[in-house]
Amino acid sequence: MTAHEGTASADAALDSSALDGNAIGGLLLEIFGTEMTTALATCATCGSTGQVAQTVVYLQSPGAIMRCRVCGAVLVVVVRREETNCVDLLGLAALEPAPA
Amino acid sequence: MAGTAIRGRLTWQTATVGVVTDETPSVRTIELQVPDWAGHRAGQHLDVRLTAEDGYTAERSYSIASAPGEPVMITVERLDDGEVSPYLTEELRAGDEIEIRGPIGGYFVWDAADPAPVLLVAGGSGVVPFRSMLRHRERTGASAPVRLLYSARSLPDVIYRTELDKEPDGVEVIYTLTRQQPPDWTGHSGRVNAALLAEVAWPEDQQPASYVCGPTPFVEAVANGLVSLGYPAGQVRTERYGGAGGTS
Repeated sequence: MTAHEGTASADAALDSSALDGNAIGGLLLEIFGTEMTTALATCATCGSTGQVAQTVVYLQSPGAIMRCRVCGAVLVVVVRREETNCVDLLGLAALEPAPA
Repeated sequence: MAGTAIRGRLTWQTATVGVVTDETPSVRTIELQVPDWAGHRAGQHLDVRLTAEDGYTAERSYSIASAPGEPVMITVERLDDGEVSPYLTEELRAGDEIEIRGPIGGYFVWDAADPAPVLLVAGGSGVVPFRSMLRHRERTGASAPVRLLYSARSLPDVIYRTELDKEPDGVEVIYTLTRQQPPDWTGHSGRVNAALLAEVAWPEDQQPASYVCGPTPFVEAVANGLVSLGYPAGQVRTERYGGAGGTS
């Protein structure tokens, strides 16, 4: 994610509803119990690593979708059913908290 | 269960609305009194949750407009088709209670101890986290030079204009007006483009810290422009907000 942040090639496909990982910082705080926007996320599809804040997030769908900024693969899906968050992390190879 | 205890501590808390200030005809700053506020960093945001009588809830993220150590403030732009912002900008009164969660985020933050020159590029209400940073700089006596490039539709749409026009030592504010300019306007006009960025941005070899906040297409264009000027791609910190959902 880091390597391609801001480059024309990676961003050309983004539509105007694309947000950053920051946009689900509160949701991730609720789920993981700690600040996650600076955590390092590694994409299981392309292997690139970047901070959660640098990923692409969409909130329009019924739930939140986090995608890899490099390859576009889905990293995380969170859907809320009443008071329960259903969390799918299968798109991640790793998710490591930021060094203190 | 442990989960029950964690839930209350980490998530929603009640804030009481304090002073409400009109910034422009469609933008309002809301002070929030939060008893257990953990303290925030310049550039962080918080989430607001509104619950309707039928239980329907809507959540939005808002950048924090005040400096660390000041009362918590958010600045909200009314979006006519929004679910949350019309209530916050038109209905909310001092003494009302709303639910908030935060502070949130460790990426789009500025540390006053960092001496690197700072480039801030704002589109519309994307200027909000930058007010927190500028006030933080002022309050801490930090010396990092700052340039704020602020794109607004017209002069009356400029948020915090009185405050920004003071330009303390080491701070430069450069406006560009995209839709309407006063007859005597001597500043920039039109959207932020490569030429304007080249004129305003610190040279890359000064290793500036750069922050871009605004609507998604604005942020895409500016971030790409900065990369074209040689800014390392991964080091342009961006915060995009959408029209509905997100930091609106």
